[in-house]
Amino acid sequence: MFESLTQRLTGLFSRLTGGAGRLTEDSVKEAVREVKRALLEADVSLEVARTFTDAVKEKAVGREGMEGVTHAQQFVKIVHDELQALMGGETKGIEFDVSGTTVIMMVGLQGSGKTTTCGKLALWLRRKHKKSPMLVAADIQRPAAIEQLKVLGKSLDVPVHFEEGGRPPRICARAVEQARKQGSDVVILDTAGRLHIDEPLMEELAAVKREAKPHLVYLVADAMTGQDAVKSSAAFHERLGLSGVILTKLDGDARGGAALSIRQVTGCPVIFVGVGEKLDALDLFHPERMAGRILGMGDIVSLVEEAQDKIDKDEAQRVAERMFLKSFNLDDMLMQLEQVQKMGSLKDLVKKLPGQFAEALGEQELDDRMLARQKAILQSMTPFERLNPEEIHAQRRQRIARGSGTTLNDVNELLKSFKQMRKQMKEIKGTLMGRMGARQMEKRKAKILKEMKKGRIPGLPGM
Amino acid sequence: MGLFDRLKEGLRKTRDALGGALVRIVKGRKLDEELLEEIEETLLRADVGVATSARLIDELREAGKRGEVREGEQVLPFLKSHLAERLAAGRIVFAPEKPTVILIVGVNGSGKTTSIAKLAGWLRERGKTVVLGAGDTFRAAAVEQLTIWSKRLGIEIVKQDTGADPAAVAFDAADAAVSRGADVLIVDTAGRLHTQEHLMRELEKIRRVLGKRIPGAPHETLLVLDATTGQNAVQQARRFHEATPVTGIILAKLDGTARGGAVLSIKDELDLPVKFVGVGEKLPDIEVFDPVAYVEALFS
Repeated sequence: MFESLTQRLTGLFSRLTGGAGRLTEDSVKEAVREVKRALLEADVSLEVARTFTDAVKEKAVGREGMEGVTHAQQFVKIVHDELQALMGGETKGIEFDVSGTTVIMMVGLQGSGKTTTCGKLALWLRRKHKKSPMLVAADIQRPAAIEQLKVLGKSLDVPVHFEEGGRPPRICARAVEQARKQGSDVVILDTAGRLHIDEPLMEELAAVKREAKPHLVYLVADAMTGQDAVKSSAAFHERLGLSGVILTKLDGDARGGAALSIRQVTGCPVIFVGVGEKLDALDLFHPERMAGRILGMGDIVSLVEEAQDKIDKDEAQRVAERMFLKSFNLDDMLMQLEQVQKMGSLKDLVKKLPGQFAEALGEQELDDRMLARQKAILQSMTPFERLNPEEIHAQRRQRIARGSGTTLNDVNELLKSFKQMRKQMKEIKGTLMGRMGARQMEKRKAKILKEMKKGRIPGLPGM
Repeated sequence: MGLFDRLKEGLRKTRDALGGALVRIVKGRKLDEELLEEIEETLLRADVGVATSARLIDELREAGKRGEVREGEQVLPFLKSHLAERLAAGRIVFAPEKPTVILIVGVNGSGKTTSIAKLAGWLRERGKTVVLGAGDTFRAAAVEQLTIWSKRLGIEIVKQDTGADPAAVAFDAADAAVSRGADVLIVDTAGRLHTQEHLMRELEKIRRVLGKRIPGAPHETLLVLDATTGQNAVQQARRFHEATPVTGIILAKLDGTARGGAVLSIKDELDLPVKFVGVGEKLPDIEVFDPVAYVEALFS
């Protein structure tokens, strides 16, 4: 696992500066090198990383220190804000054409996920905008691509326009005509995947654009793309004038630096992200989350959203309150273990946590047996013990071990990891505060409490 | 077109971007820190990765100190010999008793199905009889896609409907391969992100089932990597290797401008050799990986 940028910078700044004061050019220079390294590890293109770090350097040098905020935190905040700004504002979604029929053309390299994304987009449009989409099979290259779209259409109950033989530009133009006639208000053109240097096929796309006159051209790009993202997206943009990007396979563990590269090269906003194999796994793009992900801060927000569906709201609210207001006790830990069991695979969950937190957990073996053992230990404690972990001395520990059918060692391990968790939570809270500043923290807290009243879970469900 | 030429042609774009750039950069210069930094950037642009690039540059710097490399012109021969050595050749190992079972794994969209078709064609050209197992029962029309290829190739395919248990398909395919006396069985699997634990466990099961029907199977487990993938390729290789020991890599989509430099890190970290490269969408567009040709093409 990548060492988190915050962690690295913390070490760096504590070496370079004797505490308070300004960020000097020298300290910033080394920090900038670390940021560049982090960006490259996240697959941000070299040129984009360089431009970006230059901008950060300019902003950071001479910045006054703030009370209660370390240099590292301050610097990370500058980096994070800058990254988020470059990534664009909050997503607007899709702007539909006034004519009543919006034509969306999907393009991209082979294997980027176009056909699946077409299906996802159709479902999203129907669910969120009450649209009646039509899918168009314009991929006559890949064997069974038409069949794949037909199957998707059938499972979604969305009409699919396809023709055996014929040229894609004509197929698309006819499909748009057909859609207007039958009252489909969105037409999604699924074109064949192609290399951006394949001249005849790129010309074919240009012809589709000329003849079918799409209102929107979306580039479907794989989140795992490396340095090549710059070249391919630039080529598609040059040829077709992209209006937006859909980033796929973000449910993996790629840091997704390609998002920044593509954004910089094309100037087009990322509109959607694909986050799973199921057809409803399409989300609007959130620049803040992406910035955090690229920097290795963990995709906390997404984790929280995922948790929302599955976690008991009242209990989670209690833990969230504790995280911010009070201390974390063994009752909370038990509750969280139960929630975690509901959420599924532990390893998947941990991957979404920020580096420092995940590392602390990573040292332990994360399997379901361990979970069951820990739960048994916690359940063998008295309510008094769970509320007052400090009171669990040797004799109590032995009783708990016997009661739960575990060993004294297991009980000790659990208490140790509990302490570690509590410490980590404090640190995360500190980091959040550092990043946001006290006033923002208050605002965030107010917002979170408001959210909680609506039954949503803010903060970190943790473990 | 010969084997070497085809690979070279496939890598032409890569060479222009990387090798070409390197030749220009080093020409007429002394090996100093500035030049080292520029060479490092060239490696980074090829997705070689921060750590591996840094290590290569360190080696180059050391060679400079020893006096082995002084001039810019000596940089390429040095990198060439180092990289080719690092990327020692990997070959398909055929089982002593047929059929040899090849399991194909990889993330979604990496190019598994196309690679299987090309690999089957390559084997058939070498006089092997091949049976395909349509183990991607998840993606819509994946079975149809492989069926179309099998018809074009005129080889047998064992399949069930979409949604069927892939392990059951694998077992049937193994059965068929044995009873037909086929030389090679290639088993497709659904694309899966390496972070999906339950799907990784499914691979284990497929593996186990194959081994039950044919002792020692799968004899090869090839991970298909997309050459356009960046540093995540290393993580993919690591996870797939953990879930089901991988014996080699098919580096697909090398006909674009991407360089697939992550295979250097993968070789370094996991010692997984590249066995084949994919250089196009047509049946003959697969070649046995030749590290010397690869590196030559990269830097010459």
